[in-house]
Amino acid sequence: MRVLVAMSGGVDSSTVAGLLHEAGHEVIGVTLQLYDHGAASARKGACCAGQDIHDARRVADGLGIPHYVLDREARFRAAVIEDFADRYAAGETPVPCVRCNQRVKFADLLTLADDLGAEALATGHYVRRIDTAAGPELHRAADKARDQSWFLFATTRAELARTLFPLGAMADKAAVRAEAARLGLAVAAKPDSQDLCFVPTGSYAELVTRLRPEAAEPGEIVTAEGRVLGRHDGIAGYTVGQGKRLGAASMADGARQIVTAIDPARRRIVVGPPASGTRDVCLAELNWLIEPPVAPLRCTVKLRAREVPQPASVFLTAAGARVRLDAPALPAPGQACVFYDGDRVLGGGFIARAQAGAHSSISVSSTKLPSAAIS
Amino acid sequence: MVYLDANASEPLRPEARAAVLAALEAPGNPSSVHAAGRAARHRLETAREAISARFGTGTANLVFTSGATEADALAIHGLGAGRRVIIGATEHDAVRAAAPDADILPVDGDGIADLDALERMLASGPPALVCLMLANNETGTIQPVAAAAAICRRHGARLHVDAAQAAGRLPVDLATLGAASLALSSHKLGGPAGAGALLLDAAAAAALAPLIRGGGQERGRRGGTPPLPAIAGFAAACVAAGDAAALAPLREAAETAARAAGAVVIGAAAPRLANTACLALPGVAAETQLMALDLAGIAVSAGAACSSGKVAASHVLAAMGLGELARCAIRVSLPWNAADADIAAFADAYAAMAARLARHAA
Repeated sequence: MRVLVAMSGGVDSSTVAGLLHEAGHEVIGVTLQLYDHGAASARKGACCAGQDIHDARRVADGLGIPHYVLDREARFRAAVIEDFADRYAAGETPVPCVRCNQRVKFADLLTLADDLGAEALATGHYVRRIDTAAGPELHRAADKARDQSWFLFATTRAELARTLFPLGAMADKAAVRAEAARLGLAVAAKPDSQDLCFVPTGSYAELVTRLRPEAAEPGEIVTAEGRVLGRHDGIAGYTVGQGKRLGAASMADGARQIVTAIDPARRRIVVGPPASGTRDVCLAELNWLIEPPVAPLRCTVKLRAREVPQPASVFLTAAGARVRLDAPALPAPGQACVFYDGDRVLGGGFIARAQAGAHSSISVSSTKLPSAAIS
Repeated sequence: MVYLDANASEPLRPEARAAVLAALEAPGNPSSVHAAGRAARHRLETAREAISARFGTGTANLVFTSGATEADALAIHGLGAGRRVIIGATEHDAVRAAAPDADILPVDGDGIADLDALERMLASGPPALVCLMLANNETGTIQPVAAAAAICRRHGARLHVDAAQAAGRLPVDLATLGAASLALSSHKLGGPAGAGALLLDAAAAAALAPLIRGGGQERGRRGGTPPLPAIAGFAAACVAAGDAAALAPLREAAETAARAAGAVVIGAAAPRLANTACLALPGVAAETQLMALDLAGIAVSAGAACSSGKVAASHVLAAMGLGELARCAIRVSLPWNAADADIAAFADAYAAMAARLARHAA
């Protein structure tokens, strides 16, 4: 069949192109240019495309498949980067990779697949699609350490039905690299990307500050009761659950403090002991990969990219859904909450700003910076 | 594959191929004093004479370069020093990038330079170097260069003409045009890539400052050992290239087929190269058209090809005031050896593409 492969220039998507080509499919490689590489890396004279697009073209040329570079800078800026900055300025912790998958990659590339008469789109994501009589299901990857299902919760059922994830069954990254080497792909030993693609310097706070200067205005670090413990240099540097960058406020009343809430209107970072937490999480922009449940749904949920799913009940509401966690946690507004049944993704939504008075006081452990996770 | 991207690069003419192969067999540097050097020099000067004769300048006034991009840069830097530079709004990047601070001479909706504006721009200020291409690479639009030259002469301005697309497709003669200099490209007229030339009138030849001094080749105007095989092929292609008039009926057929499928022909009202058609399919992105046609085995292009390979917005079509339509235009440029079957294949592929993609446009 004719299949479009989203090629980033990395080893994963290159291997997908190589495997599908080897299997006899008519593979068309497509690379989205999402940002100006030269501007993003502040390297004068750097090509707008950068090394990754060069690598994708070399892989495609080596395989002898057609390959096209599509300029999606404007789209990416409007749909992902602006949203990213807006949400940080609003005290949230966005997941740009979900927005990009949702608003740029899948929507755009499936339209292109239609235009070019391709039956399917294939990506290098580590997830599995399992086809059943009732339709395709989205499952976690065989390699749980690489699993990217959390980042793909917003994929619609129609999109899922036309998308292939050939790497979902791979045992681990070493197996993918071995396949890449066997196929003679020049990128077989290329290092994995670590940062958000459009922030190659790793300093997303710098980018947010440039786009939304108000997010870099200093303010107070306070307790839930409003007692001032210290100062911060901009809410963009903080996320709920974070224990770093609190200075003198990191210890109060003999206890370690972490961020429990962000109040953008008053430019305040609210801290409390790690024992703070909530059992209720409000979600917006829901996407279901099953028929939307009428009764409360018992499942496990993941509030961050890198954490173990935890048991919860999901209730549909007018605005989206409310999740009742069995044990309290520190949900960060802007992050995704994804519903699982074992390995299967049932759906998910974006975490909305906390409701007043929803906090209770039971210990939680996650202090990871969610934005460090990419897909 | 049906190759309809001659304005990117013409297929090699057999005469050029033979000349390249013959030159490849012979050793020798034209600067050497021995017999092999003399033979090489003879080959080089024979080529220079052939090209000079073909495009109307004395052999003393032809500087070989690596191509038209270098010839444009040499003209702008070598003739523009101390002068105000004015360039047409639809010039090639070879000119735009060499004169980033130039004043822009506007064009009308068909891409024709506004000569009244040129008159006004030259009426005051320091002496100018004006750059106006003879034929546009994207639309084939032919500029009124002789009229522009007369205006330039009246105001003491020099006129540099990028004739990369026109040479071999139109009668081109430096003296008739009245230009100070003319840029040529070998591979745009059926020679090999890697050679080009800057032709100069006597005054410009005397004034030209070199970009590369090197070993003093080309009378000190362009250092570096000349690539003889490429130059020999270039000269052979210049001699072999008549003009593109014979392609007019084929181009007409391609445009008729495209119009029937919903296309708009850009610049149709202006005098154009007979091999070039700029076709806009409203509502359908040019990049999608290129991909769809490529997958159907038809090689065409759109806008300016960035080195990353992405399809960038065309400054040429934007300057013509096409707005959104500029994003929907592709260029079909017939090579010297285009055949009826090529056009038939294009017509079929274009119609199929338009039928499939019109869904989104609707």
